[in-house]
Amino acid sequence: MKKNYTLFLVITSLVGGCEVKYKSVFDIIGPIMIGPSSSHTAGASRIGRVARSLFGREPKWAKISFYGSFAQTYRGHGTDVAIVGGLLDFDTFDKRMIDSINIARQKGIALQFIIEDAIPVHPNTARVRIGDENGELELVGISIGGGKIEVIELDGFSLRLSGNHPAILVFHHDKFGTIASVSNVLAKYLINIGHMEVSRKEVGKQALMTIEVDQTIDPSILKELEKLDNISKVTKIVE
Amino acid sequence: MFRTVAELVEQANKHKKKISEIMIEQEIDITGRSREEILARMEQNLSVMEKAVERGLGGVQSHSGLTGGDAVLVQKYLEKGQFLAGDIILDAVSKAMATNEVNAAMGTICATPTAGSAGVVPGTLFALKNKLNPTREQMLAYLFTAGAFGFVVANNASISGAAGGCQAEVGSAAGMAAAAIVEMRDGTPNQCAEAMAITLKNMLGLVCDPVAGLVEVPCVKRNAMGAANAIVAADMALAGITSRIPCDEVIGAMYKIGQSMPTALKETGQGGLAATPTGRRLEEKIFGRPIK
Repeated sequence: MKKNYTLFLVITSLVGGCEVKYKSVFDIIGPIMIGPSSSHTAGASRIGRVARSLFGREPKWAKISFYGSFAQTYRGHGTDVAIVGGLLDFDTFDKRMIDSINIARQKGIALQFIIEDAIPVHPNTARVRIGDENGELELVGISIGGGKIEVIELDGFSLRLSGNHPAILVFHHDKFGTIASVSNVLAKYLINIGHMEVSRKEVGKQALMTIEVDQTIDPSILKELEKLDNISKVTKIVE
Repeated sequence: MFRTVAELVEQANKHKKKISEIMIEQEIDITGRSREEILARMEQNLSVMEKAVERGLGGVQSHSGLTGGDAVLVQKYLEKGQFLAGDIILDAVSKAMATNEVNAAMGTICATPTAGSAGVVPGTLFALKNKLNPTREQMLAYLFTAGAFGFVVANNASISGAAGGCQAEVGSAAGMAAAAIVEMRDGTPNQCAEAMAITLKNMLGLVCDPVAGLVEVPCVKRNAMGAANAIVAADMALAGITSRIPCDEVIGAMYKIGQSMPTALKETGQGGLAATPTGRRLEEKIFGRPIK
């Protein structure tokens, strides 16, 4: 069964290990945000908002796990409030952020916060599981400072996005020719691939292509990609 | 793209341009946006900073009750005219605290480079504004210069307290401000780098130990002292003093110190001031029980 998701994420950053992590002066002077912490509040809200955007709709429940510094200081920083604000699609400067947990409860969203003891690779790590009767999504985000975030895992796939460019996420069946067929479509529309990687859980099973491109991507191109063989879902991330 | 302070200064000297101009041109190059768009976006940030300073000077209290009102105390003290430090320093101290008091009260601020260190750059800028009457364009240039130095720190070390301690946050912010002050006073790109190096050297090793995990104690006063540090270092650089350790190496040292700093002192609320008897008592009072 093919599902159609076209997602436009309003985030300034999803970063991978390559190149420099901070590309814009506005990563340093900015973002405009509700206090008190750029990493534990603004960054956390961005992690929540990416999850919400990838999920494509408001979830009915959310299980949020905090690791490292997030686990130790989430109450003081309002990390829980911020991540829920992100799940409600609030931007970093949205004044409703402060009241997000009440707003979520009023909407009937079941919230659960889990404080983890495990030591994460990055001190500011959150695992966000959200869902409703039609599906679930699990994402691991890290907040690297100044409000910038990276998504390092999506539905069990490791992920490395520089986020300084538009990106296409293609969930597909791990089969020969699939990558070529996707790149052929992009070539047809004169879209240049700047960075690309493939992650799979098992040989011949579900896999994820992460493709960063230099040009903006028209929704019609995503539809065309979805029609290709072995593709289950196509998602787009723009800055 | 410049990756180091040395490259940034070299580009500025080679093209006989200011650091702020190099930053603006790089932003145009990387984002493909026009100069007007980029300046307009920075103007939005400047406007948010200005409003936060104004709000803080009007008096604000955090929900925890730990911080608020200190910016006002300094302003009143200044009015009496009996102060010991210079008026620019104290005005900057007051305005830096004003910003962080607003941040602690979950008000709207602009992260520079982070929220916890958001007071230093605007605090110094709006103190200089009173004294030097810069044009709006010069004020925007101040933020681009600060951004250029912060950009190098963020990409070569860290601007996260959880990753590098307070030296990475207030230390970076103070260094950025010092460089921007030098440019506003018509110092050379080299002097900007010296001011950044001198400032950051005096922030090395600063730990991140927020009481109750709140961005309040000691963050607000660290922003105050970061602003003072920046102004003094800028004056030293303008006087012709240079750092024996080049700016990029100071940044490198800051990164390594951050790596070797224990986790208890990196934004976990486990060590330092957070772990003092009073720190623990405040934590219990605010949250009912200790976090750990």
